[in-house]
Amino acid sequence: MKHTISVLLQNKPGVLSRVTGLFSGRGFNIESLSVAETIEAGVSCLTLVTSGDDAIIEQITKQLHKLIDIIKVTDISESEYVEREMALIRVKAEAATRAEVLRITDIFRARVVDVSPRSYAIEVTGTRDKIKAVTELLKPIGIQEIVRTGTIAMTRASKKI
Amino acid sequence: MKMTGTQAFMQCLEEENVKTIFGFPGGSVIDLYDTILQQDKIHHVLVRHEQGAVHAADAYARVTGTVGVALVTSGPGATNAVTGIATAYLDSIPIVVFSGQVPTALIGNDAFQEVDIVGITRPCTKHNYLVKDAKDLVPTIREAFHVARSGRPGPVLIDLPKDVMASMINFPAKKSVKMRTYNPTYEPHPGQIDKACKAILKAKQPVLYIGGGVILGDAHKELTDFAHKLNIPVTMTLMGLGGFPGTDPQSLGMLGMHGTYFANMAVAKSDVLIAVGARFDDRVTGRVDAFAPNAKIIHVDIDPTSISKNVEVDIPIVAGCKEAMAQMNKWVDGCGADLEAERAKLGPWHDQINDWKNKHPLSYVEEPDIIKPQFVIEKLDELTKGEAIITTEVGQHQMWAAQFYHFNNPRTLITSGGLGTMGYGLPAAIGAQMAAPGRIVIDVAGDGSMQMNIQELATAMQEKLPVKIALLNNNYLGMVRQWQELFYDKRYSATPMEVQPDFVKVAEAYGAVGLRATKPSEVEPVIKEALATDTLVLMDFVIAREEGVFPMVPAGKATTDMLLV
Repeated sequence: MKHTISVLLQNKPGVLSRVTGLFSGRGFNIESLSVAETIEAGVSCLTLVTSGDDAIIEQITKQLHKLIDIIKVTDISESEYVEREMALIRVKAEAATRAEVLRITDIFRARVVDVSPRSYAIEVTGTRDKIKAVTELLKPIGIQEIVRTGTIAMTRASKKI
Repeated sequence: MKMTGTQAFMQCLEEENVKTIFGFPGGSVIDLYDTILQQDKIHHVLVRHEQGAVHAADAYARVTGTVGVALVTSGPGATNAVTGIATAYLDSIPIVVFSGQVPTALIGNDAFQEVDIVGITRPCTKHNYLVKDAKDLVPTIREAFHVARSGRPGPVLIDLPKDVMASMINFPAKKSVKMRTYNPTYEPHPGQIDKACKAILKAKQPVLYIGGGVILGDAHKELTDFAHKLNIPVTMTLMGLGGFPGTDPQSLGMLGMHGTYFANMAVAKSDVLIAVGARFDDRVTGRVDAFAPNAKIIHVDIDPTSISKNVEVDIPIVAGCKEAMAQMNKWVDGCGADLEAERAKLGPWHDQINDWKNKHPLSYVEEPDIIKPQFVIEKLDELTKGEAIITTEVGQHQMWAAQFYHFNNPRTLITSGGLGTMGYGLPAAIGAQMAAPGRIVIDVAGDGSMQMNIQELATAMQEKLPVKIALLNNNYLGMVRQWQELFYDKRYSATPMEVQPDFVKVAEAYGAVGLRATKPSEVEPVIKEALATDTLVLMDFVIAREEGVFPMVPAGKATTDMLLV
């Protein structure tokens, strides 16, 4: 089963390689990985998507927590959460297909971020499924290049007043 | 106070109460060595290979319970230290290894004797550091010692660029280390203690299965109390030997691949298994699904990742072994149970275990004219009254030492358990003897392992250490040969040692004493002479060539499927 794990870590040299080394050394999977600074100076947030049975996920979270530079590990998928990915897709857009590409862009609330006589580059943000749906639709038209971020995620706030 | 990085380094070691360091100089640490020469508070032991320095520091830590320290130069000095670091990592030994590094301006340039040792040792250290800024030097060293010794201990490496060590710094005042991201749990959760103790009191066939954590956590007293209070039989892992007295009637000896028949049977038939500071290693469990299949498993460990890693645990207790056992003793004392009756209740269980013991005791077949290795260990045990510090190399001799020497006290068996590092025993004996100058230190060695760090004979001689080496010489890489005999139709691929030195002459060449025994009747006189000699003595015991280590659980089999003598 897929799990999205959020890791707060001290932004020190080598800390990312401690995380990835842990995964490769112990034979765990990383499906996607995304890291950036948080609002607190010197602290970064790393979001990773991994898969495995309960025992493996338990080991992953414990092993991550054991790394000295790691502040907090949360298995976000244990509660309600929102997750987003972004993709930049360069798709062939010639006379016959330009309108169709724009229509798809519109339906998915994506945006055109670069235009050339023969292509559009589209920025699309959403869940993994949404990105998949867009790419499936654009594929027959001709995707020339695609670049995707890893997943980022956040737990939903409590709905109690 | 203004001082150089190298002076600050020495001051930090003093602050940490370090008396002895083990090392080998080189270009990147030449300034440090210059500073070492100008002081007399810390004694530097010059080894002959960096691996030896780390093993010696590791053994020093195991014997004293303090942090061992090694110092090596950059590049090859650092890579030579890696096996030593990994050895300490797998056995959770607190050491700090300082490696020299090329000046910061040259890092990443493939400079002479440059290697990314922080990258190389990342997966085999508890933590490691590269000090790029001189003002971080002292706080980093303080943090490193704290990390090495606290929680589940382990090796820490600090990489020291040459220019950082040469620069002038203000020595910051001493303060306790506080880390936001690292706070090991020592005190057990009372609810878990309650659950565990209730399960133990209900048990009819309980077994305590103890590991190195009992020794590292200085929990032997609390554990022994607990075992005696409730009359629970105790089995030990290789790393746990000495954590409970080996001659105690409740001791089952070692369990696992070369454990005793009765220890493995008792664990297999137990209804409650209390694991304390052990990690369910594959050499202990054999086939995991057949390991203590009917038992409720209680696991005390300071490292949460050890719990439910290999075997699912019913009652986890994340805590220091000492703290957890103290709380369990308190619980049992306060629960109002009639302890006399509780002890008597386990009578039938002990009867069953004694049956197993009588059926298949630890044994070997004696022969009149050939020295059996087990006989040598028994004689060592007898003549040192079980009070020596035994270091070992890795292989058959290591298992015979574990089986036939009775370790009654913690920190007396110094052996590479997790990594299984051949060549560990001699440098370890040096570290042990430096740590305990008045004690008898014996390296139980094999002729294969011995040659992996044989150069350290010079180190021992230079330090005038009266280390004794009991070499069980069978002219084979014996443990691998045993597997080839049993599982590969006796195809002895690369295990016969066709060329061997004359070990007595080797000892003599280093200025030590060499003795040889070729008949059983010579064993005792040789050991007595060695023990009466106050210099290094190598005892070359020419043993039965194809003697095997038994019992043996073939790899991947259930621990009840033992091959017996």
